[in-house]
Amino acid sequence: MALTKANIAEKLTDVIGLNKRESTDLVELFFKELIGSLSTGNIVKLSGFGNFSLRDKKSRPGRNPKTGELVMIAPRRVVNFHAGQKLKAKIERNTSDPAAGE
Amino acid sequence: MIKSELIAKLATKLPHLPEKDIADCVKNILDQMTDALAEKGRIEIRGFGSFCLHYRPPRNAHNPKTGEKVRTHAKYSPHFKPGKELRELVDASRDRISTLSDSSSADTNDD
Repeated sequence: MALTKANIAEKLTDVIGLNKRESTDLVELFFKELIGSLSTGNIVKLSGFGNFSLRDKKSRPGRNPKTGELVMIAPRRVVNFHAGQKLKAKIERNTSDPAAGE
Repeated sequence: MIKSELIAKLATKLPHLPEKDIADCVKNILDQMTDALAEKGRIEIRGFGSFCLHYRPPRNAHNPKTGEKVRTHAKYSPHFKPGKELRELVDASRDRISTLSDSSSADTNDD
């Protein structure tokens, strides 16, 4: 099952001892702050987890895959995520299962 | 914005909570997200986006220094897909804020 804001808040209640309301508010604000920073042109660096960077994409020709019609893709700004060392290492350690190879 | 700045911002918005608790929570949230991905799980945050793992099959490669042929191990790499709200707000900011506050010097030569 996917991790959601509700699961995260529940764990904060258990581990940190905040009440339910405080946990949900904090989790809500946590992601609001990330969105706020990125949507004002500021990249986010969370040491150990990863960096959210911004990239400006130029306009380029594209095609509607259904009709084959040529359309121009407008210039846009996008968010990129780069996983940090600790996150990558932890995933590698947990998923390298010799039995499931090849 | 770095982790300490995020904690400071949350502290001003949650004045009734001690900053120490907020710092612990931020760490805990990131740990939970890390653990979820390490267990091959998904993370879904409405409005922000979702994280999942992408499988990278083993491939033939070689050591560029020695020319020795090696076969890489299959691995999983984390992937983030921005949600609708984040995507739209970030794109809308392009007109208002033309310069990105990225300190890298790689893309500073076009205006």
